Amino acid sequence: MQLNREALTRAYRQMKLIREFEERLHEEIQTGEIAGFTHLYSGQEAVAVGVCEHLTERDKIVSTHRGHGHCLAKGCDLGGMMKEIWGSQEGLCNGKGGSMHIADIDKGMLGANGIVGAGAPIAVGAAISSKIDGPDADGKLAVSIAFSGDGACNQGTTFEAMNLAVVTKAPAIFVFENNHYSEHTGVDYAVGTNKDIASRAEAFGMKVWRADGTDFFAVHDTFREVLEYVRVPGNGPAAVEFDTERFFGHFEGDPQRYRGDGELDRLRAERDCLKIFRASVTGAKLLEDVDLDAIDTESLKAIEDAVAASRAAARPQPENVLENVYISY
Amino acid sequence: MARMMYRDAIRNTIFQEMQRDERVVVLGEDVAGGMGTAGGPEAIGGIWSTSTGFYEAFGPDRVIDTPISESAIMGAAGGLALAGKRPVAEIMFADFIGVCMDQLWNQIAKFRYMFGGKSICPAVIRMPVGAGYNAAAQHSQMISQFVTNMPGIKVAMPATPADACGLLRQAIRDDDPVVFLEHKFLYGMKGEVPDDPDFTIPFGHARLARAGQDVTIVATGMMVGYAETAADDLAQDGIGCDVIDLRTTSPLDEEAILDSVEVTGRAVIVDEAPPRCSLATDISSLIAQKAFASLRAPVEMVTPPHTPVPFARELESAYLPSPAKIAAAVRKSLEYR
Ligand SMILES: Cc1ncc(C[n+]2csc(CCOP(=O)(O)OP(=O)(O)O)c2C)c(N)n1
Repeated sequence: MQLNREALTRAYRQMKLIREFEERLHEEIQTGEIAGFTHLYSGQEAVAVGVCEHLTERDKIVSTHRGHGHCLAKGCDLGGMMKEIWGSQEGLCNGKGGSMHIADIDKGMLGANGIVGAGAPIAVGAAISSKIDGPDADGKLAVSIAFSGDGACNQGTTFEAMNLAVVTKAPAIFVFENNHYSEHTGVDYAVGTNKDIASRAEAFGMKVWRADGTDFFAVHDTFREVLEYVRVPGNGPAAVEFDTERFFGHFEGDPQRYRGDGELDRLRAERDCLKIFRASVTGAKLLEDVDLDAIDTESLKAIEDAVAASRAAARPQPENVLENVYISY
Repeated sequence: MARMMYRDAIRNTIFQEMQRDERVVVLGEDVAGGMGTAGGPEAIGGIWSTSTGFYEAFGPDRVIDTPISESAIMGAAGGLALAGKRPVAEIMFADFIGVCMDQLWNQIAKFRYMFGGKSICPAVIRMPVGAGYNAAAQHSQMISQFVTNMPGIKVAMPATPADACGLLRQAIRDDDPVVFLEHKFLYGMKGEVPDDPDFTIPFGHARLARAGQDVTIVATGMMVGYAETAADDLAQDGIGCDVIDLRTTSPLDEEAILDSVEVTGRAVIVDEAPPRCSLATDISSLIAQKAFASLRAPVEMVTPPHTPVPFARELESAYLPSPAKIAAAVRKSLEYR
């Protein structure tokens, strides 16, 4: 844990913003104002932030259907994201994409994705591009990250992407977030062999890491090592598996009948990355509760503002349907 | 006759066929539902609730929960069928056909032809299609154009609970591969379904949903209901429409279309897929080729624009055909000359 006060504060703020973003969406969705499918990331914040805190705008990420956390962590505009989820013309994607298809290319966020497993090959493409561009003045490559769930790792695209990355020695990083469920099916059932995703990546000849995804510091430290390795030209890709939890249903409205008795309460009590973070930084006297409480208040306010702005934002017009299919035709 | 929802008509039909014929097996993501979790199998019973109770009744060999692997699902359905079983596979959303296109298009569709007629492939592939849920561009598509374009595949698109039952039973008993397109918006629709456990609807026979003399409207799936609403509205102004529900797009009931157009001389084709190289253009060309002399106006098409499906509510309703757009097309046809 070698982070200074500023870095710690920033990490907590990022995680807290994601949490509040999701908790608020969970409430707002009940009102019926938000259309479509939303998949909340709550519980997994330490992974998105522990990974993205190391990245620069040159580095790319490709996300999943559960993309809000990755987007925020990579620097996408919070207000623009909220408006997008509201379907506003002012949203990050002009109301065309919604929750599952948020992207911000300038920020190196190459898109959330509605198709499970579709992101990994795209991330490899971006990694190959980085290899072509070559290292920066410090001799380091920009990297490209594919976030995937435990369910997505069963897609052929994931296997193909891993192999292609190895073959091309592309600076790609496969980040597997194992939250133990793919929709309603358990990882123990759906992932064959020894139930371990990282070992699959290993079988493709990649160097792999594993860490507890509810512990921000474990994620952050582990990912630093992964990154140092992959940034070196010639090393090629790597993979990392984070063991994590999701606190809401697969999608909003999921009755979660597949959960065990008391499972969610236990996870919220024992496996909440925000609580774990707070306990470790206050325990080590790096930050005080008051510092963190101030961030809590500030985050709530930011979300409040984003929601109010989304409600007031301009709606798309019917003729907007025809825009952006092509640049010219 | 029992009154039930479209989704229950589907579930009951598969259930009855599994009881009747032990070769029928079901596979797909979450079709048992909740395997490997504390909630246990049956925690879900398929995300569309079209297989609730199956696991308990038929066990893991015949109700196969798969990982998220559409190529494996599609290919395994082909393999099961070639090896003598009668698989009913579920692709959770039709959009995911993109993931497993090869197994459908280059494999299942072509087995019989390539093998010189020496094989049968009685696979049923169920796929929920269509927009209306603001689920955006990767969970809302109508794929009738792709699958109808594949020689070797039969395509059913039921518009009512009774048709869902009769066409699905036909599909399961059929020796050819069938892609079965269930409109997500219709799952909650209620209607009478015949009790006869052998009730089937032969493929290639359209249904006349409304009868009228002035204009022929051809539709499928959710568009049939929209066309009926439009026809009812137009009837108030004394305009009579034949509404033809194709029921299957492959085989296609050409006769039903042509016979109607010969009487009305006017046709409006309604299709939820983008307009280029689609069912709508296909049927327009059929009419142009085979009923040209009867035509009194150009064929009208009511389709979405040539764009992906947008997310926001306003955009999705601007995108989709509607009863009002269909009625406007009918009036336009009638105003011609
Ligand atoms: C190709 C494809 N198949 C199925 C789905 C439906 N689906 C959406 S998310 C999901 C589960 C994904 O599980 P996982 O990768 O573990 O991610 P998690 O939801 O746990 O974050 C499924 C089956 C889809 N969107 N795309």
